[in-house]
Amino acid sequence: MTDFIAPGQPGSKVNYLSRYDHWINGEYVKPDSGQYFENVTPVTGKVFCEVARGNAKDIDKALDAAHAAAPAWGKTSATERAIILNKIADRMVAHVEAIAVAETWENGKPVREALFVDIPLAIDHFRYFAAAVRAQEGSAGELDHDTVAYHFHEPLGVVGQIIPWNFPILMAVWKLAPALAAGNCVVLKPAEQTPVSIMFLMDIIKDLLPPGVVNIVNGFGVEAGKPLASSPRIAKIAFTGETTTGRLIMQYASENIIPVTLELGGKSPNIFFNDVAAENDAFYDKALEGFTMFAVNQGEVCTCPSRGLVESKIYDKFMGDVTARTKAIKMGNPLDLSTMMGAQASTDQLEKILSYLDIGKKEGAKVITGGERADLGGELSGGYYVMPTIFEGNNKMRIFQEEIFGPVVSVTKFDGFDNAMEIANDTLYGLGAGVWTRDMNTAYRAGRAIQAGRVWTNCYHAYPAGAAFGGYKASGIGRENHKMMLDHYQQTKNLLVSYSPNKLGFF
Amino acid sequence: MTLPSRVDYTREAALLLIKLSAINGPLMFHQSGGCCDGSSPMCYLKGEFRVGGSDVLVGELVIPELNEAIAVWMSASQFEYWKHTHLTIDVVDGRGGGFSLESTEGKRFLTRSRLFTDQEWAILENSPVKTGA
Repeated sequence: MTDFIAPGQPGSKVNYLSRYDHWINGEYVKPDSGQYFENVTPVTGKVFCEVARGNAKDIDKALDAAHAAAPAWGKTSATERAIILNKIADRMVAHVEAIAVAETWENGKPVREALFVDIPLAIDHFRYFAAAVRAQEGSAGELDHDTVAYHFHEPLGVVGQIIPWNFPILMAVWKLAPALAAGNCVVLKPAEQTPVSIMFLMDIIKDLLPPGVVNIVNGFGVEAGKPLASSPRIAKIAFTGETTTGRLIMQYASENIIPVTLELGGKSPNIFFNDVAAENDAFYDKALEGFTMFAVNQGEVCTCPSRGLVESKIYDKFMGDVTARTKAIKMGNPLDLSTMMGAQASTDQLEKILSYLDIGKKEGAKVITGGERADLGGELSGGYYVMPTIFEGNNKMRIFQEEIFGPVVSVTKFDGFDNAMEIANDTLYGLGAGVWTRDMNTAYRAGRAIQAGRVWTNCYHAYPAGAAFGGYKASGIGRENHKMMLDHYQQTKNLLVSYSPNKLGFF
Repeated sequence: MTLPSRVDYTREAALLLIKLSAINGPLMFHQSGGCCDGSSPMCYLKGEFRVGGSDVLVGELVIPELNEAIAVWMSASQFEYWKHTHLTIDVVDGRGGGFSLESTEGKRFLTRSRLFTDQEWAILENSPVKTGA
């Protein structure tokens, strides 16, 4: 028996509905097509509910509701909105175990991550933006004695948000919290691989928001995501995903002249300088854990530290130690608290990872550990499990250049600071990076030299609200997780006022 | 001397492409990169995705049952890291990512790769590729 009982079983904290409709205008709405698609848990590979298959008409219905709600919602005071966001946070705290189990069942992640990381971060995110919007002020600039420029923040109105499947709730909240705090109404399209975690959350908080402020339409990208992204009725589109869809979304946005924020992934270097191993102490132990962070969320993280760069002098010792740490990763039923790594989110994700294990081997990379699908036996045999894998190779190999989005790290050695920076920056992406050293001068110089939006320094995979997160290069546009995100969801209104009673004298 | 092809397809992929063509019309691919559904070949109605000077035409899929070849595109910057590998567009069960057309069929296109042989690479290494400009 697992620590948490599987949804739908007697005594479980989670009872998913057998069928989920859209959430539009404060109520469940059946899909226009009358069609539903099956939702599979990657834990066992079995169907556990059905989900509305949305289309352009459903998106329009959601946009109608959002536009109807927007004028009143946009005029609520920041105080009122902050109170609501804090109430959402409180409600989530009261249901944290159920929400965590629900997300684990749909996504496959170990419940310890959902329970202690993802959902608490989501809760804190609502609180952070409740606070940020309360503290936000416009400005008054005295341009000259008689002329004042006032700046006010105004909501954009109705925005579209397309959510990925790797953190179905946290990624939704990263986008929802600032949008709502700033006074916008939202039409949100979850990933078709994880459509109901957010519906489960919505069901818990639904009485706290006025109808039409948040609308959720499920369905396939081409049928529901595209009509949302290309709609002339949204004032902004936010997307987390990959580069081709990111470009297509920008293309649609250009047709409507609306802003986009895009988070498109990375191939993050995790750099270990020689002095990391100067002593066999707590810091060295922390660095070994930092390397092993590639297994967090089964590697399905945009900032997965999927390139390990280890300085040559410590290479053999360090690789021996991290290989032992990696082999100690406990795979198992994600509903067990002791499970460190769960299931990949979907069968197609599993297939993709296996295709990369294949090209990695064909390119001559050496498998240090793992390298195969894992069969965990029993009912988990039908689930999507991959062994944590360490490859050794060089940075020109495709496994060093593409986001595998699995528990796979590709390791190479470097000699000296310049060589480390050269390898670290030899990538199309620039989302995250890790730097490990006991020398803070080295850490600072490395952090500034790496072309990435987030450089974890002697830590990794922390996502506190208040630290800006976003990409350089092909990793995207915009920043999340910080009060500057409010700007991405607001217009600036300038009132330029003359207090002079006298004319200019031109006419 | 014929130029070796850079991209091919499996019979299963061809059958799905024939079906999608019948439903939607002429098709194209753009190979994605990055997060989540990255690395997936995204299948669109021809012309849906605007290609330009920063894209290269990796190759064209000539399927006997279809009147038009299906162009396979990729960002030029990404191609620099992929150009030494031969690609095969296959299909697996699942859901197409992004706005790719096959998701409605319960399928997902998948790019499989191999290294070019020395003979192939000797020819391809210095062969120019066409851009979308």
